[in-house]
Amino acid sequence: MSEARRKQLTDDSDGELVDRVLAHSESAAETLVRRHGGWMLRVALSITRDRALAEDCVQDAFANGFSRLAGFERRSGFKTWLNRIVVNAALMKLRGRRARKESDLETLLPSFDANECRIEEPWRRVLTPEQIVGSERLRTLVLQKVDELPESYRSVLLLRDIEEMTTAEVAETLGMSPVNVKVRLHRARAALKRLLEPLMRGEGQ
Amino acid sequence: MTTSLMSRMMRNAKGIMFRNIPMMINCRDFENFMIDYIEGSLPKRQVRVFEFHLKLCRECGDYLAAYRRTIEVSKRVFADADAPVPDDVPEDLVRAILDARAR
Repeated sequence: MSEARRKQLTDDSDGELVDRVLAHSESAAETLVRRHGGWMLRVALSITRDRALAEDCVQDAFANGFSRLAGFERRSGFKTWLNRIVVNAALMKLRGRRARKESDLETLLPSFDANECRIEEPWRRVLTPEQIVGSERLRTLVLQKVDELPESYRSVLLLRDIEEMTTAEVAETLGMSPVNVKVRLHRARAALKRLLEPLMRGEGQ
Repeated sequence: MTTSLMSRMMRNAKGIMFRNIPMMINCRDFENFMIDYIEGSLPKRQVRVFEFHLKLCRECGDYLAAYRRTIEVSKRVFADADAPVPDDVPEDLVRAILDARAR
């Protein structure tokens, strides 16, 4: 990489580069790809957990981003804008993937009796997170169970708990109200708890 | 007395207790407060009410612990499953993006 190129990669602001891409500068486009491609690949990979699929997402995200660049409003940062695009590209790829076995969420929510008292079996034996993470079989099982969550709940759980985005960011990315994000997150966690229960209780070990 | 009858009587007694103790919420209200409690966004007064219920209710205590553990386990399993990604974007990906743009 030439010295001038290296300097451009670190010196020019995203805003300046966006202006130059709009004025048909290919080198500015390349700088944006090199500057942002790495973290975008990490985001896509953490959602899809598939390297080839994640690279496709980044490619789709840039194609989409470049074609919509003229409409990029400078109110939000360029990185925030790109993040939303790559997250949506990744979620779209997951949606288009093989038909998944989805659990019925209603059957996985907590139960209460007529007195509004919770029904919950005592937890006598509980595996530690270390025991679970330490076993390849259990790790695979956890990933499978997350996959069983209905799509709109799984997306919220992935973005909030795994990607650690804020409620407001998830709301903006998925086009939901913040209240709806919270409700879905809580239900997704509750359902996942139920799905992971036999595993966390060490049953079938 | 059978265990199930015993357990039903205990649950009824608990229901009556939760309805009648001042500042006490029932398990369903507890459920509705959980996400804000975990995020630390519950107002102080409601935190006291939430924790008062937590002290007296074995079921909600067990449930909250398992719910927290679920979050921790999923975070750690995903962190572990993420293959390392180099900081630089792979060269063939950069080329693919720029070539698609040129078309």
